[in-house]
Amino acid sequence: MAYPAGYKYTKDHEWIELNGDRGKVGITDYAQQQLGDVVFLELPEVGAKLTAGQSFGTIDSVKAVSELYAPVSGEVVDVNAALKQKPEAVNTEPHTSWMVVIKLANPTEASGLLDAAAYEAAIK
Amino acid sequence: MEQVLDAPLKKTPLHARHRASGARMVPFGGWDMPVEYSGIVAEHLAVRERAGIFDVSHMGQIEIAGDAALEAVQRISCNDAAKLQIGQAHYSGLLTPQGTFIDDLLVYRLAKQHFLLVVNASHIQRDYDHIAEHIKPAGDAVAVDASSRYALIAVQGPRAQGVLQALTDIDLSAIKYYWFAHGEIASIRATVSRTGYTGEDGFEIFVPPQSADRLWLAILEAGRPVDLVPCGLGARDTLRLEAAMRLQGNDIDESTTALEADLNWIVGWKKADFIGAEALRAQKATGASRKLIGFEMIDRAIARPGHGVFLGNDQVGGVTSGTQTPYLKKAIGLAYVPTASAALDTEFDVDVRGRRARARVVPLPFYKRAK
Repeated sequence: MAYPAGYKYTKDHEWIELNGDRGKVGITDYAQQQLGDVVFLELPEVGAKLTAGQSFGTIDSVKAVSELYAPVSGEVVDVNAALKQKPEAVNTEPHTSWMVVIKLANPTEASGLLDAAAYEAAIK
Repeated sequence: MEQVLDAPLKKTPLHARHRASGARMVPFGGWDMPVEYSGIVAEHLAVRERAGIFDVSHMGQIEIAGDAALEAVQRISCNDAAKLQIGQAHYSGLLTPQGTFIDDLLVYRLAKQHFLLVVNASHIQRDYDHIAEHIKPAGDAVAVDASSRYALIAVQGPRAQGVLQALTDIDLSAIKYYWFAHGEIASIRATVSRTGYTGEDGFEIFVPPQSADRLWLAILEAGRPVDLVPCGLGARDTLRLEAAMRLQGNDIDESTTALEADLNWIVGWKKADFIGAEALRAQKATGASRKLIGFEMIDRAIARPGHGVFLGNDQVGGVTSGTQTPYLKKAIGLAYVPTASAALDTEFDVDVRGRRARARVVPLPFYKRAK
């Protein structure tokens, strides 16, 4: 599966799709492959304050639970409630299955993240 | 365990096949094993609805033979092996003097004084050392670690018999649950037992290691019409949990007795002495203070091994297995709780990473196949 060129990526395998000072956040195809069948998502409430690199929720696959890490600092302004009802979409459509929208505390922070090419090189 | 982790991972005779087939491999008990092929959910459902094939060659085989073999097995294994006829097997435990589990195992009676024990992969050496030491008083019996002489392939699911029957002259329909037969499958010398770790009908096939790959391919080919799929250890774990089969190292270990694990039925109460008998009889007389129970989550959360069980503010036990099961589509698990709180429908909290989630005691097994 291709890694969208317009997204930014973390070494923890999250992506963020920026739109102005907001960004949709999900996990990468590589991450979902490692996790296996996703069955449960625990996501923060709207209004939660996140710090880059810290856990903002958890994702359960059949075999294990993993943390979700915020790629940037900011405030949660939207949560994908539909995805919580259909967590298996993370496996089938990882790059459109966004989990939260973060309003960035510092809009330039995302420039320090990996671009698609650098991320793909990192998971090689 | 550090030594095991540092040592190079062992490989089953099917290792190259797993790698070539694109299975996701993980270290397990010192072995490089497939955790999933097409995905745990797909594999789990295939076994419940059709058939799946598993490489379980990492399991250990210890043979005990000699004029006093029965006496030796009776001493080290808690179930009553005198009840086994030739061609029959049963589930049992290798216990400490405290009645706790060194390992769980299957005991096969190959001949009057010849037994085959199938033990867990990571415990082979420990089990062997324990057995060799403790059968000495039994006199004329010898234990041999025969693990390298066997590959073990499990074919599980409602279509397993049909798939295998096309490959053998052995009348599989005549093999009853927990019995076995010798013969040829796909022209390979094999011992076939109607056993498994999935809660489904199925067989486990012992073959020489050099024939394992040929048998694997023959079964895949014969299974094509029913969409039999190769499965990994991930599905094996979710399947066994739905069937409430205990996992050594999680649900049972050297801190839990056979009674606490609610495995009274594998204790040969009427036979003479065996290792752990005294402790178990004493515990039976007073009653075990805790018990392994099955639970279902009421709140939306998945309990995992190690999570605490709470009644009010008090931690009273712990989760030993837990997942979201693919077939029942529920979050279930096994946990030790005080016997007083083990009754069906008793509710308790599980500490799921800092958040309390409600759960309820339910009957075991979670899943029972239609006969």
